[in-house]
This record gives sequence, structure tokens and C-alpha cells, in this order.
Amino acid sequence: MEPILQVKDLHVSFQVKGGEVKAVRGMNFEVGKGETVAIVGESGSGKSVTAQTIMRLIPSPPSIVKQGEILFQGQDILKKSNKQMEAIRGKDIGMIFQDPMTSLNPTIRIGKQITEVLIKHQKMSAGEAKKRAIEMLKLVGIKNAEARFNQYPHEFSGGMRQRAMIAIALACRPSLLIADEPTTALDVTIQAQIMDVMKDMQERLGTSIILITHDLGVVAGMCDRVIVMYAGEVVESGTKWEIFKNPQHPYTKGLLRSMPRLDQKKGEPLIPIIGTPPDLIKPPIGCPFAARCDKAMKVCERIDPEATVFSDTHLARCWNLHPMAKEVHPNE
Amino acid sequence: MEANQQIKVMPSPADLTADDFARIGADEKQAEIIQRESVSALKDAWQRLLSNKLAMTALFILIAIALMSIFGPLMSKFNYYSNDLLSGNMKPNSEHWFGTDDFGRDMFVRTWYGARISLVVGLVAALIDLCIGVVYGGIMGFFGGRVDTIMNKFSEILYAIPYLLVTILLLVVMEPSLVTIIIALTITGWINMSWIVRGEIIQLKNREFVLASRSMGAGSGRLLFRHLLPNALGPIIVTVTLSVPNAIFAEAFLSFLGLGVQAPVASLGSMINDALTGWLYYPWRMLFPAVLISLIMLSFNILGDGLRDALDPNLKN
Amino acid sequence: MVRYIANKLFYTLISLFILISATFFLMKAIPGDPFMSEKKVPEEIRQRLMEQYGLDKPVFQQYIKYLGDIVQGDLGISMKKINQEVSDIIGQTFSASLKLGLVAIVVSVIIGVVLGLLAALYHRKIIDNITMVLAVLGIAVPSFVLASLLQYVFASKLHWLPTMGFKGPLYYVLPVAALSAQPIAFIARLTRSSMLEVLHADYIKTAKAKGLSWFAILTRHVVRNGIMPVVTYMGPMTANIVTGSVVIEQIFGIGGIGKQFVQAITSRDYPMIMGITIFYGALLMIARLVTDVAYGLIDPRIKLNARKEG
Repeated sequence: MEPILQVKDLHVSFQVKGGEVKAVRGMNFEVGKGETVAIVGESGSGKSVTAQTIMRLIPSPPSIVKQGEILFQGQDILKKSNKQMEAIRGKDIGMIFQDPMTSLNPTIRIGKQITEVLIKHQKMSAGEAKKRAIEMLKLVGIKNAEARFNQYPHEFSGGMRQRAMIAIALACRPSLLIADEPTTALDVTIQAQIMDVMKDMQERLGTSIILITHDLGVVAGMCDRVIVMYAGEVVESGTKWEIFKNPQHPYTKGLLRSMPRLDQKKGEPLIPIIGTPPDLIKPPIGCPFAARCDKAMKVCERIDPEATVFSDTHLARCWNLHPMAKEVHPNE
Repeated sequence: MEANQQIKVMPSPADLTADDFARIGADEKQAEIIQRESVSALKDAWQRLLSNKLAMTALFILIAIALMSIFGPLMSKFNYYSNDLLSGNMKPNSEHWFGTDDFGRDMFVRTWYGARISLVVGLVAALIDLCIGVVYGGIMGFFGGRVDTIMNKFSEILYAIPYLLVTILLLVVMEPSLVTIIIALTITGWINMSWIVRGEIIQLKNREFVLASRSMGAGSGRLLFRHLLPNALGPIIVTVTLSVPNAIFAEAFLSFLGLGVQAPVASLGSMINDALTGWLYYPWRMLFPAVLISLIMLSFNILGDGLRDALDPNLKN
Repeated sequence: MVRYIANKLFYTLISLFILISATFFLMKAIPGDPFMSEKKVPEEIRQRLMEQYGLDKPVFQQYIKYLGDIVQGDLGISMKKINQEVSDIIGQTFSASLKLGLVAIVVSVIIGVVLGLLAALYHRKIIDNITMVLAVLGIAVPSFVLASLLQYVFASKLHWLPTMGFKGPLYYVLPVAALSAQPIAFIARLTRSSMLEVLHADYIKTAKAKGLSWFAILTRHVVRNGIMPVVTYMGPMTANIVTGSVVIEQIFGIGGIGKQFVQAITSRDYPMIMGITIFYGALLMIARLVTDVAYGLIDPRIKLNARKEG
């Protein structure tokens, strides 16, 4: 599959009073054409920072891209001017955000918020834009689209607002959609509907999707590949099946154990991961997960492990995967 | 670990030994470390206020002015009321440090005495507003429902009547004196405070800790005074601080209409009003009270802003 | 929307009614009658005057008559300016006050909003700091102190501007500056904090993600939303400027209603005091009403809230 987006060795920091928060520390991944990639992790793991850096949405200062490149359709986004970036945002890359309640401007009619992006990028007339906007509202499953076009966000329910956000993000048929926790703020039943809308739109438009989430359950439905992030690093990545059926990193296993499953045996407890992620002003020298890992060894605190590659798509970073670990603990 | 997996890359630093791979497990102590020493909200706010240099300067100035308004008049051999027409409108000199007014009264003594009256008016009015506002707002917020609707509508109707007009009317009817001025200033002045208290209590009422306390059978009084009001303290303190300069300003405004404190008693406002008639010729008569009243209002405003920032760090931009 | 306006109007009328009643009964509560203070008015003349002013009738009857007169725009006759209707005096002096007030309001809004917007855009930069210092000073220094200072420096010492009177454009400068300082400071602070809030709102990120230019985001999304709290301040600002003008007119010798009000109070001209109080009250309540309605028109969320509350 030809990659539409390649992120290479991305490091992003924030200047704060107490020093420099190293939010993303060496991110590598690719997104293929028409593919859906999920980035999973706790809050503060750097997944949202990665997403917003791709869109260049984080103001600088305080954020600084320390090193790395982000190639979108072969060109480095980090080298684009602000004007060039404006031409990409909304046209080639669309984005939807976590909270549909606050992501729409409360004083502007929904319709105008959609046509705005069409008039800017497709140079449409107001009439054409309106036709297209109503078409988009219908596509994302909003009934009575003509009437809804003239309504304000507060007249929409949460689920409908997120549908409208999707309509805005996809109005110009971008080749990449970044969805930053698109269902977190919604009711569970609505979550499924929104995921269905995204899947449906992807099939119609052939958009690639980066889905940012902390919820592995959301991932299972629609993703091709999963990237698990912890403390600004990729700890494991693989296809959906590799991650769900054959997780290698203790953190990934922990995430899966803390998630309820249909095949769960009666009485089998959900196991939470104890503790909190490390302070990224002073990231640990060793494996960042060591302090919370029940499989931690002495070496884990000293040296950050390199990636162990299991297949073209599957890799994980953990000392327990080292041949020597198996010699020392042969029975596990 | 499944045996058939082929491990392609695993760099192995040469010096790794079997001991490096000894299990240590999750370091629970480190994982559960509490990043910061926990301090009570008020203590925390106090520390934030202490580190706000501007607010602390304002507080210091206010304390200095308050002390001078108490002890300043004692530092001079003159008093605030004795006329001496022969030494009227004197420039500041070694005897009369701030000069004299048209009746020959010592401006130094009068200025600090006037500051005392202005501060008393401001503080007492603010405290009365506080008492009425907390009770009225507390009842509205706590009982809610119809009580709230009626009381709230009542306060809205009162509030719509311009504050200074009511005050002026009352003082036209009652003879102006320190007491009547304070009464006039507080007659509708408490409404704002009652809304603040109401808003806070409605917000707090449904929070978990109040529900928990109620489910354990805490009575209304205990709930209101033990749980609700202390948690609403922040906005209340800020409102009181900011309502002091308002009252001082209102009293000064009334002085212009001849409805402030009556001579020979002086407030900063009445002194400024007295100075207006000939002030292009005797600017010092205006200067000292004007600077002092501006300084007091400035300090209260800065202190109020500082308190707001300290008590509600989320609001800080 | 109609219900919203009707609701606001209804409560405004109640407030006005209470103000009128309070004014009336407070004046009646003053011991003695207004002619007792006059020197040696013969009993006979006193009686005639009482009759002429309708003061010999029972209080309640006077009250009803007073209400009826007000509805017809009749505020009674001045006691000190013989044979002059209070409403005529107000009518003659209102234009000067209105001109001064309107200019002050326009100046306050324009300067305040621009300063606040600049401070928000250059947050924590020099412009921001200067604006905030000016804002604190503007709020803290009372208008009469500022007025005296301006008069001293620019009129008396530098002779750049006239000291007193109200005869041409130049005469506006100092009184308007003195009147507007506090509203400007307030609006600048209000605008700044509201713009900062809007600038950090999620929907601004959405607008950015759409690829809109910074200018388009500013004009279409930021300013419109950030200016709303300023609209709510229009009512209080009018009150501030009206009360401020009472003193400012006196300092700069401008023959407006404010000056009449001060005269009426010092000479205890009760019908004048009552008339001007009611006039001011009505004016400020209308300003509040207009503010509420305007806010309802520009903020689509208001309609919903009004429905929820009602």
C-alpha cells in the first residue's frame, strides 16, 4: 500500500515554567491510502499532540518540533509556510475533535460553518456551496437536512453535532481525516453510530483515517492497524489482529485486560493498570512503563528497549522479548 | 512467549548479564507517588496571593493608609474642625504639612481623618452588603424552587432601579450623616452579593460531597454553614473586596450633591468637592485627597483581582 | 423572541412603577411641607400655595393624581423656578446631556473594544501590559478627580482646550475624556478576557482546521463572539455615564440635566428632584431593556435559555 502519510522520528516538546515537557519522543508510523490507523494511549501519552502536529494546529511557542519529519503525499508538512498550510487544512486533511459541544461556533448557523470551508477551498459560489453542504448533511445521516442547514449548534444533539463536524471535515473530500477522540464525549449508543458514519464515509470517499482514542473497543470496529503509545513513545504497533490476538507489550496486554469483553468468563475481574504515567519533564532513562510493569526487570530501569520486530507490521519494545530474558525466565 | 516467532532485531548490549533480567516487578511506591504535597485550598490560595507582588503591594499600601488614618491625625497639633480664618488657603509648609483649606483647617489632619471616614463608609457598607447578601442569596440558592423564583424576581426588580438614584432619594429625605449614608448605600447594594452567593450554592448543592453529607442526615443549617458557604468563600471574598471601593466612590459622588458627610466632618469625597471651587488657585487642597482616594480605589481593585486569581486559578489567563 | 421581549418589558414596567411610588412616598415622608422653610410666608399664602400644588388633599389621592399625570408626561411644576414645568426644564436641558452622553458612549465602545482586542491578540506582550495598567487606573481613578486633573493640565495650564462651557466640538474633548475613562477601562478588560476565552475555544481550532486564514478567523469567528459580553455592559455603562455626567456637567459648567439635578438637590426643589429621578430611572431602565433585547438578537442561545427559565 502506498503511504499517504509518513511520520519519521518525530519529537515534540512544550516549553513550560518547570522546563521542557517532552510530549512526543520519537514517533514513527505510516498511513496507507484508504487505510484506518488507530493511535491508542492514555491521556498525556502524546497521541493528541501527534495528531495536532500533523495539522500544525499547536501554537509555537510553547510547542517545538525538536526533530523529525512529517511527509504528507511526499512533502514535509513541517517545512510548509503558513499560507501553504492553510491550503492543505480542510482541503487535503480534515479533522474532527473530541467535544462536539464546543467544537462548533455557537453563534453561526450549521450550514454556514460547512459552506465556509467549501467557499474557501473549492471556490464555490454561495449557492453551489449550500447545495453541496446539504448533500453532505444528508450523507452523514442528518434527516431534514434543508431545515437543519439553517439551525444553530445548540439546536442539535451531541451526536448530530459530531455528524455535522464530520460533514465539515469531509466537505472537500480530503485524502486524510484525523479524528481526535471523536466519540469520547458521546453516549455509548451514539458512539457506535458515529463510528458507522465514519466507516460509511470512508467507503464512499476512500479517505484514510487516523483515529486517536484511549478506548480499544472503538478500535476493534473499524481499524486496520493499531499503534499503542505510552509516554510519548510507540510501545507496540501491529495490525488489529496482531494487537488483539497476540499482544506482546505488557502495557498493551494491560489495556486489553482492563477492557470488558464479550467472551469474558463470569467472575473474571477487569484488571486496572496501577499508577500514573511518568512526568515527561524528566522522562525516565529506561523503559517509561517499568515503574508500572509487573514484569519489570533490573535492566528496564536502566536502558530503554529497542523494537523487536515480529512481522512486517508487528513490533513491540520490551526487554521481556529479549532472548536473554527467556533464558533467565524459561517458564513464562 | 510463542516459540515459532522469529525475532528479527534485538540489539543486545554486550555487557548485559543474567542479573539484569532479574524481576523487580511494578514499583508500586514509585508508581503511586504523589507528585505534590497536598495543601488545603485556602492555604494554597494564600500562598498564591503571597507570591503575587502587585497584590501584596496593594495590601501593604492599604494597611499603611489604614494605620495613617488612625494615627495620622495624632501626629499633628491641629485638629480637623478648628477654623482659623487668618491662615486660610496656605500652601504646604513646615507647620501645615499639607497646607490649609479655606477655613484655615489643617489639611494633613483633615486628609487622614477624611480617609478614615471614607474607609469606614466603604468597609461597613461592604460588610452589611455581605451579611444581607449571604442570608438572602443563601436562602434563594439553598431552598430553590418557588422561594428562589419569587425572591430572585424581587431582587431583579429592585436591581433594575438605578442604585445611585435610590441612594440620592433616601438621603434627600433623611438628613445625611455617617449612619444614614451607610444605610442608603446598602439599601440595594447587597443584591449583587446575594446573586453571587446564590449562584455558588446552586452549583455546589448538587456536588457529590454535599449529596453525601445530606444522605448521612446532615441538617439544613449544618449543610449550609459547614459545607456550602465555606466552599463559596472565594467569590464572596473577591466580591467584598471589590465592593469597598464602589461604596467609597458612591460616598464621594454623594458629596458632590451635598449629600455626603456634612462639615466639619470630612471624607475624601467631601474634601475634593470643597476644593473644586477654587482649585485652579489652590491645587494642593485637591491634590492630597484626590491622590489618596485614587490610591485606595486602585489598591482595592488590584487586591481584588489578585484574590480572584489566587482563589480561582482556573480563571487566570 | 416576542415573549422574551414582552417578559422583559413587563418587569421593567414593574421596576419603574416601584421607583415612581418610592419617589412619591419618600417625598411625602419629609416632615413639614415645602413652604415651611421659606421665610415668613403668611399663613394665607401658604394655604393658597398648598392648594395650587394639590398638597391639601389626602396622600393617596395625591398619589393617584401623580401617577395619572406622569402617564401624560406631566411631572409637575418646579417650586423654585416659578411657573416652570419640570418636564419643560428637562426637555430644554436634555439635548446637551444627550449629546455629551452619546459621544461618550460611542468613544468608550470604540476605544475600549479596540484596546481589549489588541491586548488579547498580543497577550502578555507590551500592548497587553500597557492596556491593563491603563484599565486598572481607569477603573480606580474617580471621574471627578480625572476631570479636575484634565481641566487643570489641558485648559488652565496649557490652554489647549476650553475650561468651561459647551459651545463647539473642542468643548467636548475634556468632558468626554473624563466620562469615558472608566467605561473604556471596563470595556477593554471585558473585551480582553472574553476574546482570550474565545481565542482558546475549541471552535477556533475547528476554524483553523478548516484552513481559514487568520484574518478570516478573527473577523468571522473571534470578534463577533468576543464582543457579546460588551453588549451586556451597555446598560450598566449608560448608568455609569449618566450618573458621571451629573458631576462632570458641574465641573465643566455644561447646562445639562445633571446640573439641574444638582441645583434641585441643593435647593431642595422636590418636584424637580422627583421629576429628574423618574426621568433618569426610565432612561436607564430603557437602556437596560434595549441591551437585553439586543443581546437576545445577537446570541442565538438566549432564546433557548429564556424558554428554559420560563
